[in-house]
This record gives sequence, C-alpha cells and structure tokens, in this order.
Amino acid sequence: MQPLILAYYFFAGITLFSALFVVLSRNPVHSVLWLILTFFGASGLFILLGAEFLALILMIVYVGAVAVLFMFVVMMLNINFKEIKSRLTKYLPLGILIGLVLFVELGLVFGDFVPALSPKGDKNLLINEEIENTRQLGLVLYTDFIIYFQLAGIVLLIAMLGAIVLTHQRRKDVKKQDILTQIYRDPDNSIELKDIKPGQGL
Amino acid sequence: MIEIQHFLVLSSLLFLIGVFGIFLNRKNVIIILMSIELILLAVNINFVSFSYFLGDLKGQIFSLFVLTVAAAEAAIGLAILVCFFRNKGSIAVDDANVMKG
Repeated sequence: MQPLILAYYFFAGITLFSALFVVLSRNPVHSVLWLILTFFGASGLFILLGAEFLALILMIVYVGAVAVLFMFVVMMLNINFKEIKSRLTKYLPLGILIGLVLFVELGLVFGDFVPALSPKGDKNLLINEEIENTRQLGLVLYTDFIIYFQLAGIVLLIAMLGAIVLTHQRRKDVKKQDILTQIYRDPDNSIELKDIKPGQGL
Repeated sequence: MIEIQHFLVLSSLLFLIGVFGIFLNRKNVIIILMSIELILLAVNINFVSFSYFLGDLKGQIFSLFVLTVAAAEAAIGLAILVCFFRNKGSIAVDDANVMKG
C-alpha cells in the first residue's frame, strides 16, 4: 500500500501547489498554465480512486477545451493587466480571515467524520470490480440516468447558442448574403432593356 | 492505506484556495472564473472520493454532470467577458456598474 500513499501525496502536492499559483500568479497566461497543471494532478487523483473515465474526461474537457478557451480569451482581448492589478495587501487580510473561518468550519465537520458502512441504493449502482469503470458508467448512464443525460446535452446546446449569440458581431462594412431579398427579387425591376442605336453610346 | 480523510482534506484545501482567489483578485474577472473552476474541481474530488470509498457509482455520475455544467458556465462566462470588453474596453469588475447595484 506504500506506493499508493506516495502517489497520492505526489498528485495532491501537484494539485495544491499549482492551484495556489493559479490564484497568486501575476500574469493571467501563467495562471491558465498553472490551471492546466492542476487539472493534470486532479486527474491523477481520479485514477487513484478508480475513476478512469472521469480522469480522462477531465483531461479532454478541461485541458483540451476549457483551459484553451481561457487561453484564447486572455490572449485575444489585449487587456492591460498592469492597470487592473489589485493591490495584494488590500484584500489579503479579508481573504485570510474568510479562509480561516471556512477552514475551521470544514475541519470541525471532517475532523470527526465517519463514513457510512455501505450505501443504501440500487444494486446496479454499486461499483463492480469485475466490470471496467467506463463500461459500468455507460450501463447506468444511458438507462437509469437517461433523462439527466439528455438534459445535460440541452444545457450544453443552450450554452453553445448563448456563446455564439453573445459574441457574434454584425459589422456594417461587410457585405453578407441575404437570402430572402435574393428570393424576392423581381426580374421586371432588376433588368432594364435599352435599345441602343449603332454608333452611339448610352 | 489511503483513507477518505486524505481526500476530504485535499478537496477542502482546494476549495479554500478557490475562495481565497476570488478575494485576492477582485478586479480580474478571468482569475475569478478560474477560481470558480477550482471550486468546482474540489467538489468533483469530493464526489469521486465518496463514490470510491462507499462503492457507489452515483458520485461519479453526478461528477460528470458537474463537469458538464462547469464547461457550459466557462463558455458563457467568457462570452459575456468578450462582450463586456467590447463595450467597455476593460475587464475590471469596478467598471460593471451600469445597474448601480
């Protein structure tokens, strides 16, 4: 069991250290890079906990999509970060106070925590060591949780539509195809026939 | 042997770092959004560790949905940020005072 503990401390250390630098880093680009490292550490922890599917999804979704999205926004917006740098000393006491209060509360809750011996619930939701994790998740996700799965898809669809509508720019100086005006164009109004005599211009 | 307390302490520390980050970077919306991602990650670690130690799959399924919502939230938040930057020319939280709230 010793290697497991070592792996736990390795990944937990990476996660906490890089999470701290996400918050403390002065340059937002560095913050995004530390965030990516945090997600790598967390996905290592997920693999330790036997949730391989979630670990790899974390890498694909977070590192591949969310962190890259953050990176795009940070780099495209051309923000003057020197201007909005808040003074550390101004908010530090308040932050430390709130952090301490939260930590004491969580410590009181978790310090004397005893987990339940066995879950009460459906038999097919118990983790079966003989079936691999991805297969077992798929077996219940598309049957017992199909409604929630579909709703998650709708949430993603609406988020995608919202993001497109919010960021889409209608520029006046760019000509665009307008299909309705094309359809309703009348040949009588758009074509003009002129009788030109030979040897003369218009 | 890894106990559940290991993961509970880790996730509560990660949660604290996220909350701390919101207070520390009150002017920079991008870092605030990243802190929210950290908080959601802490919640996910809690879900998965309970799922493992109780032998129940529900935690992992819920964690999957949390991941979905977090991705949607990041996309919408960054889209609003781009919009805001276009209108105001900055992303400082103090400039978002149109509603005088």
